[in-house]
Amino acid sequence: MAPILSLKKVSKSYGAIVIANNLDLDVGEGEALGMLGPNGAGKTTLFGLITGTIRANSGRIEFLGEDISRLPPEQRCRRGLARSFQVPQPFGGMTVFENLTVSAAFSKNRSERDVYQDCARILDECGLTDKANLKAGSLTLLDRKRLEFARALATKPRLLLLDEVAGGLSEAECELLVGLIKRIRKTGISIVWIEHVIHALVATVDRIVVLAGGVFVADEAPENVVLHPKVAEIYMGLPGD
Amino acid sequence: MIGTLNAMIQGLLLGGLYALFAAGLSLIFGVMRMVNIAHGDLIVASAYFAYFVMQMLGIGPFTSLLIVVPVVAAFGYALQRWLLNYTLGAGDLPPLLVTIALSIILQNVLLIVFTADVHRLQAGPIEIASWAFNSELSVGVLPVLQFVTSVIIIGALQLLFYKSSFGRAFRATSDDQQVAQLMGIETRHIFSLAMALSLAVVAVAGVFLAIRTNFNPFTGPLLLIFGFEAIVMGGLGSLWGTLVGGILLGIAQAIGGQIQVGLPFVAGHVAFLAVLYFLPQGLFPKVSQ
Repeated sequence: MAPILSLKKVSKSYGAIVIANNLDLDVGEGEALGMLGPNGAGKTTLFGLITGTIRANSGRIEFLGEDISRLPPEQRCRRGLARSFQVPQPFGGMTVFENLTVSAAFSKNRSERDVYQDCARILDECGLTDKANLKAGSLTLLDRKRLEFARALATKPRLLLLDEVAGGLSEAECELLVGLIKRIRKTGISIVWIEHVIHALVATVDRIVVLAGGVFVADEAPENVVLHPKVAEIYMGLPGD
Repeated sequence: MIGTLNAMIQGLLLGGLYALFAAGLSLIFGVMRMVNIAHGDLIVASAYFAYFVMQMLGIGPFTSLLIVVPVVAAFGYALQRWLLNYTLGAGDLPPLLVTIALSIILQNVLLIVFTADVHRLQAGPIEIASWAFNSELSVGVLPVLQFVTSVIIIGALQLLFYKSSFGRAFRATSDDQQVAQLMGIETRHIFSLAMALSLAVVAVAGVFLAIRTNFNPFTGPLLLIFGFEAIVMGGLGSLWGTLVGGILLGIAQAIGGQIQVGLPFVAGHVAFLAVLYFLPQGLFPKVSQ
């Protein structure tokens, strides 16, 4: 099956710090890919490169077969790329519902009237219906994270990039969001998910890659990844053999 | 007593005009966190453009708005899209420097084209028409018209910001430019639209001002200060607050003028400093999240 997203020899460095060194990556249509890596490996920067807020030094990024390397972020969004942030960044002065309508309307050039129903449905799916008219800035962390999902979904993405969903949440709250991610998957949206809570990843994704030192040091089925010597070295300080 | 009341009414009506100066300035700052130092000069340039259009076509100042407003708005879009957008994103200094330069350029171009002579837009009999309440108290038709126009424009801006799709895009962009882009909003276009809107307001303000008082190529910076004072007195980010700030400034100036002919501007500045000292957030602080 044709990949929905392809990175081809993508490189990015900040001075001596190498984030990506000739990285190649394919994400299949409908695939859920997990991404691990030590802090500072550049996983979030990789999301920046894919969504267009950061420019790569070299290489190509293809989305749905089209070279998007030179497109600005809003054009990439309109083609079906969306992301969530590790630290939620809602439009704090606007209501939850306005956060969705503005995203839905501008990402697909639709009038607000046309997106109301979609937005109401997404709010319902994400469990935010009773908070629709609250200012987004007043939400709790869990609800802010739900809003990150909801707002990304409002742009009708084909590929959703999730950045550390579980961080800062209790086990039970985390369960709620993992359930939501599983339901999103079922709708056919491809996912790339950066997460440190490995068991949440293993239970959800098809494949896990490990980014370290600018390259993918492992690319495994979820159940095998914890056994990978490089992963043991990175996460537990054990020498790889 | 009647004299003071008269002055206060005049000041209130004049305040509507200051609120318009401030609304344009505030809109730009609100959406893109940019301080437009050339704002006052753009007001004056709009007045000169209206003067030019009136001379060319032999029409009155109010009719000239039909041409002046769209042309100035289009100029604003182009100015933002192809100049000022490039100054954004690298700190506060580049847009400040570029708009200071723009201010100097505008003043000198106006000086070359229109000379240093003072100009005024002639509006005909409406300039002296007034409603008299009694032998001592009367209100000019023109100031009332200008005040009502200001209130309508500010009300319309308020509606646009809070009830329309583009208003939401303005607010989203103002809140977080990068996230707005990720949601499909083309921020360069949004910024340019905001500047077009700001200059459309400026054009109306410029024409009203130019009917009311004499102007020359160097009037701009003073108007910029009035705009800033109205914004700060009203509270940053609140449009209705800006209207109240403008009115306070107008009243302070009028009362100052009542006390002594040379005093209006000083009185305005004193009122501004008093508000800044006692209510540094302004009268209607925008509740932050």
